[in-house]
Amino acid sequence: MIVFAYVWVGAFGLQGDGLLDKASLLAERIWFQNALIFGAYALLACLLWRGSRLERWVSAWKRLRRDWIGMGSLGLIVVFLAVGTLDLVQLPIKEGKQTALDALSAFVVTESGYSAPLATHTLSLSNPTKLIGHHLLGTDALGRDTLVRTLKGARTALLIGGLTSVIYIPIGVLLGILAGYYRRWVDDLVQYAYSTIASVPEILMLVAILMVLGKGLVSMALALGLTGWVGMARMIRGETLRQVERPYVAAAQALGQSNWKIMTRHLVPNVMHLVVIKFVLGFSGLVLAEAILSYLGVGSPVGTASWGAMIDASRSELSREPMVWWNLAASATALFLLVLSLNVFGDSLRRAFDPRRG
Amino acid sequence: MLAYLIRRLVFSVPIVFGVMLVTFFLFFVVQSPTAMARRILGQKATPQAVENWLHNRGYDKPLLVNTRSGEAVYDTLFVSQMKRLVTFDLGNSDVSGRPLRDVFASGVLPSLLITVPAFFVGFLMALGVSLYLVFVRDSLLDVVATLLCVALMSVPPMVYIIFGQYLVAQQLNYLPAFGFSLQGLSTVKFLFLPVGLMVISGIGAEVRLYRALFLEELGQDYIRTARAKGLSSTRVLMVHVLKNGMINLITVVVASLPFLIMGSVVMENFFGIPGLGNVLFSAIQASDFAVVQASVFLGSLLHLGGLLLTDLCYAWVDPRIRFQ
Repeated sequence: MIVFAYVWVGAFGLQGDGLLDKASLLAERIWFQNALIFGAYALLACLLWRGSRLERWVSAWKRLRRDWIGMGSLGLIVVFLAVGTLDLVQLPIKEGKQTALDALSAFVVTESGYSAPLATHTLSLSNPTKLIGHHLLGTDALGRDTLVRTLKGARTALLIGGLTSVIYIPIGVLLGILAGYYRRWVDDLVQYAYSTIASVPEILMLVAILMVLGKGLVSMALALGLTGWVGMARMIRGETLRQVERPYVAAAQALGQSNWKIMTRHLVPNVMHLVVIKFVLGFSGLVLAEAILSYLGVGSPVGTASWGAMIDASRSELSREPMVWWNLAASATALFLLVLSLNVFGDSLRRAFDPRRG
Repeated sequence: MLAYLIRRLVFSVPIVFGVMLVTFFLFFVVQSPTAMARRILGQKATPQAVENWLHNRGYDKPLLVNTRSGEAVYDTLFVSQMKRLVTFDLGNSDVSGRPLRDVFASGVLPSLLITVPAFFVGFLMALGVSLYLVFVRDSLLDVVATLLCVALMSVPPMVYIIFGQYLVAQQLNYLPAFGFSLQGLSTVKFLFLPVGLMVISGIGAEVRLYRALFLEELGQDYIRTARAKGLSSTRVLMVHVLKNGMINLITVVVASLPFLIMGSVVMENFFGIPGLGNVLFSAIQASDFAVVQASVFLGSLLHLGGLLLTDLCYAWVDPRIRFQ
């Protein structure tokens, strides 16, 4: 492994942050970003279409539809998804970058400083100036509308959750199934790899990776992905070990199907519902992790509209006179609602897929 | 028992080696020592200063294979770093130059003062609440309480702290928000708020977990037998479920014990407590790689210690487990 890493570094020059810089340069392109979003939704649609042909998924959906708490939280998640997607889609108009959300909120003016929700003047004891526009949730230190900033925070949360999931789910599922199917030395190797990663406390691992890679959304997703696959692999391995004992695997083997086909055609669909549940519950953890890492100063780069960064900034705002509370209230509420609905929906999914164990 | 302990210890050796490998790869390969020196010394540092800095720490050696004539092949950064970690020579802070041994040693007590009371209070409260919820399972109270738990664990920890500090300490002025010092009664008074906040921020997840573990136990066959025998549901719950559920609980709880030493980064930073969490926080702010590297190594040792402790406890409380 060391030798491989050494050669790799020598050949591609990962010294410093060269490779990451190139990756972020590509990520700056408008067409690339839009293609990624389209790809992500296509992937989701594919998954749902595949699921609609599985009997287990159909019955789970029937059960889920009767669960109004679960459906309510799903609705809230869809709203967050829509807002985040609006701020991800880049419009090829004007110079520089403009997202669909920017275009929609173009009429919102920037003031000269703090102003309370629905106030008419800026928040200043000595010389309050008249506001140009109306701000439902007030404005922040730079006079930007709090509601717009909060909505833009959904983008960061979605981006981190989505990018990380794209990294950790394939690694976790692949290694978990390989370990559970082949057992013996493959299992030993996979178990060794995840025990090693898991034995480093998560927060330390994240901080270490992010300190080396530097701040940024891509490196944050990379760090969270490199630590996050462990739980997935462990769970999928356990379930695969159980599934391999079932007669359908023996039947497929007796019919002479290749190992690869058994894994992709038979095992993957049978563990996929666990992946979906873990994905939803893990997403809430990722959104929270983004906020905490941004708070610790190793997360989002300065200037990103992130709920964690907004909460961090509000520490000094609360001790101002008069107090500025609306930035904290808006960002904390948004973060809370998204994490809550993901957690509740994840629980509902679990109940729907496995009604015996409530 | 001793043979079992020794075998478990031997099993964790490759994992410790793996952790050392990962940290080396991260801190010396992904980011070259030269880049690290530049980030610590600043962009204005002269090449000479960077070279001196590297030489003083022995970071100017080749990474893996020494091809310089007159020097041993194994005289490399990799070997010297491994040697240092194995002998627990943690070295000095990259920024302040203080020995890391002292830095960590001074942070242990403040961290433990927060985490140990919070752990025990939180554990007992979660145990009580979850047992009661299992007792009234499937009632409206159970549904509402479970939802409340999810809500409690969905609030970011920073928000709890900001509200606690603002409301209890600054507005109501019941308890102090800053000024940690080790002086008898005032320390105890100071600790109330951080400990309380830590309990609140952790209780939702704990209750949910314990409740699930107890419910799983309730589904077992022996519970049906006990009920069929005519035992009251209180007795079944308090004696049978609690006793057997505790076995599962221990695996979850004991593994987290060593982490108490590490403290809570966010909590300590907000309250200005000079514990290990704060050591990590200031290391991040100052790009002190030596501190982070040593923390990763020590943290993984703690984790492995927790796993070992769990296995021993498990074997101790459950006589069915033989050390095979």
